[in-house]
Amino acid sequence: MLNIDNLYAKIDKKAILNGLSLKIKPGEVHAIMGPNGSGKSTLANILSGKQGYEISGNVSYENKNLFDLAIEERAHKGLFLAFQYPLEIPGVNTSNFLKTSLNAIRKSNGKKELDALEFLKIVKEKASKLKMDEKFLNRQLNVGFSGGEKKKNEILQMSLIEPKMAILDETDSGLDIDALKIVANGVNTLRNKERSFLIITHYQRLLDYIKPDFVHVLMKGKIAKSGCMELAEELEKVGYEKL
Amino acid sequence: MREKELEKLKEYKYGFSTDIENIKAPKGLNEEVIKFISNIKNEPKWLLDWRLKAYERLKVLKEPDWQKPKYPKIDYQDLYYYSAPKSFKEKPKNLDDLDPKLLETYKKLGIPLQEQKRLNNIAVDAIFDSVSVATTFKEKLTEKGIIFCSISEAIQKHPDLVKRYLGSVIPITDHYFATLNSAVFTDGSFVYIPEGVRCPMELSTYFRINASDTGQFERTLIIADKGSYVSYLEGCTAPIRDENQLHAANVELIALDDAEIKYSTVQNWYPGDKDGKGGIYNFVTKRGLCKGKNSKISWTQVETGSAITWKYPSCILKGDNSSGEFYSIAITNNHQKADTGTKMIHLGKNTKSKIISKGISAGFADNTYRGLVDISRNANNSRNYTQCDSLLIGNKCGAHTVPYIKNKNSFSNIEHEATTSKISDDQLFYCNQRGLNQEEAVSLIVNGFCKEVLQQLPMEFAVEAQKLVGISLEGSVG
Repeated sequence: MLNIDNLYAKIDKKAILNGLSLKIKPGEVHAIMGPNGSGKSTLANILSGKQGYEISGNVSYENKNLFDLAIEERAHKGLFLAFQYPLEIPGVNTSNFLKTSLNAIRKSNGKKELDALEFLKIVKEKASKLKMDEKFLNRQLNVGFSGGEKKKNEILQMSLIEPKMAILDETDSGLDIDALKIVANGVNTLRNKERSFLIITHYQRLLDYIKPDFVHVLMKGKIAKSGCMELAEELEKVGYEKL
Repeated sequence: MREKELEKLKEYKYGFSTDIENIKAPKGLNEEVIKFISNIKNEPKWLLDWRLKAYERLKVLKEPDWQKPKYPKIDYQDLYYYSAPKSFKEKPKNLDDLDPKLLETYKKLGIPLQEQKRLNNIAVDAIFDSVSVATTFKEKLTEKGIIFCSISEAIQKHPDLVKRYLGSVIPITDHYFATLNSAVFTDGSFVYIPEGVRCPMELSTYFRINASDTGQFERTLIIADKGSYVSYLEGCTAPIRDENQLHAANVELIALDDAEIKYSTVQNWYPGDKDGKGGIYNFVTKRGLCKGKNSKISWTQVETGSAITWKYPSCILKGDNSSGEFYSIAITNNHQKADTGTKMIHLGKNTKSKIISKGISAGFADNTYRGLVDISRNANNSRNYTQCDSLLIGNKCGAHTVPYIKNKNSFSNIEHEATTSKISDDQLFYCNQRGLNQEEAVSLIVNGFCKEVLQQLPMEFAVEAQKLVGISLEGSVG
């Protein structure tokens, strides 16, 4: 699915990623943990196509060079990023944004665009699964949303778009325990043999609810250690320092 | 067709011109030309005298020069003041008599003239250069006593109404361009809604400048008698010409007791090319008089075209409890310039006004909101609320807000809010990540920014305006 090979990245001449390699196969759930400033969000940004980085190394996505694809093309091909800080767009109705997004992706994949009624039926169903009040659909996109609401909105978008490769950038931070369970549940219902996840997190907490197949520790811009759930548990006990 | 022209056509889809023989007045501005116009239109003597009086006045007036966008001096002697397709000398009686080329033009513009029954909610009075081509839906309107025709026709058939109201809101002694219009106006729309009648459909005029080197000087007069209601929409396009063309229209609205007029404009004149060559000078005077008590006038404008847009649709709130509204979206891209806003003159007691202005600048464009709120000494308990928001795209464009506020009444209240924001790279990234390309993303964000104004437009046109907002900003990012 996703093959990262010896990835280096700099921003303003400051090295952030230093030869990171990672292979994610279809259906696998990988968790990346690491201290502040280790390059976790940079990795998410680069994979989804954010500009401003000086990059070397190779990343292939479904056997194609990821860097040949524009941001929206990556989205069309099933790459999804749940943002750490979802953006506010004043005046844009949330429901309208979700519909425009979903239809842009459907269209690029040769699927029929959904009309307002079809869309509303689907979005209401998905929102209720995430225990989201329908009223938020008529609010301006992320404007005045609480931290938890914004994150749930990201998960809702993920469940609407049904991506092939979902990257969650610290989706768990700032969530109370109930919201955390809802978010984890959102991910778990989407898990299947084809769909892959890359979950970036600070804490083991989220991983209690989403059991990853692999856990990696990112330090100083590269994978310092890889393992299974036990690695996350160990980290929680001893911290990153001892590693 | 030359490649360059093709290229231009891609950018401005209304940029075709129609090859039709025209009757033109001799070039230049003088008494003879005014007499020519009045004569060819078979006007009564009072109107010719009125025009000539305006022309006398014009001789002593100077063009205003306080506006932000500057433009090269216009040679008024080098313009044609009247141009009409030759086949119009005998006025067509119905659509079948029209030159097929004209109908073709309207078809390209997407005006529902030919098939009247299909879009049965909009009555169109189409202006092709200086002559009203055909007025649809006349019968249905006549049933209710509504008069909707070209102003030329109104002058012939309803001279009393025209004489009574023409120039009552914009007098011939007004400013330069308004007075010029009074002297040489050629055609325009006339609407009269009788007492207590609610106009059953949207009335619409579509203006189009076709002939080269012509100024277009329409004159529109809308009168809503006591307790009546009308919603009127004006849309504009023009073909691509390298030279600049002047558009100096006058629009007068009069609302009597308890009457309401809603006037919406979607202006998409040719804006000039990417380097700022050509395009329309849109110097228009629009003024509404809330003459009666409890009357209401609402202006909504979506301005996306023209090289320079310079206009201030205004409301004079004379009747007690009357109210005025102004909703505006002004989009400027490339080298376009806009200096637009409104004037709300509160004269009566308990008068209310509301101004919502959204300015969007991209490329090298410059966008100014200029507005006057004037509450006179006797206008007790009057209120104004103004909100001016500017959105910048890129870092070479400009946005300015120039509010003039005069409150001479201590029982009245004026509120003014203004914001300036920029589309951030992060917002675009977020939209891109959700599958929208750059243009779709900009269009979505800008439409969100303009929503309060777009909501004011009649349904059919709101959709059109939304698309237009997207089209006018194409290529503004990245």
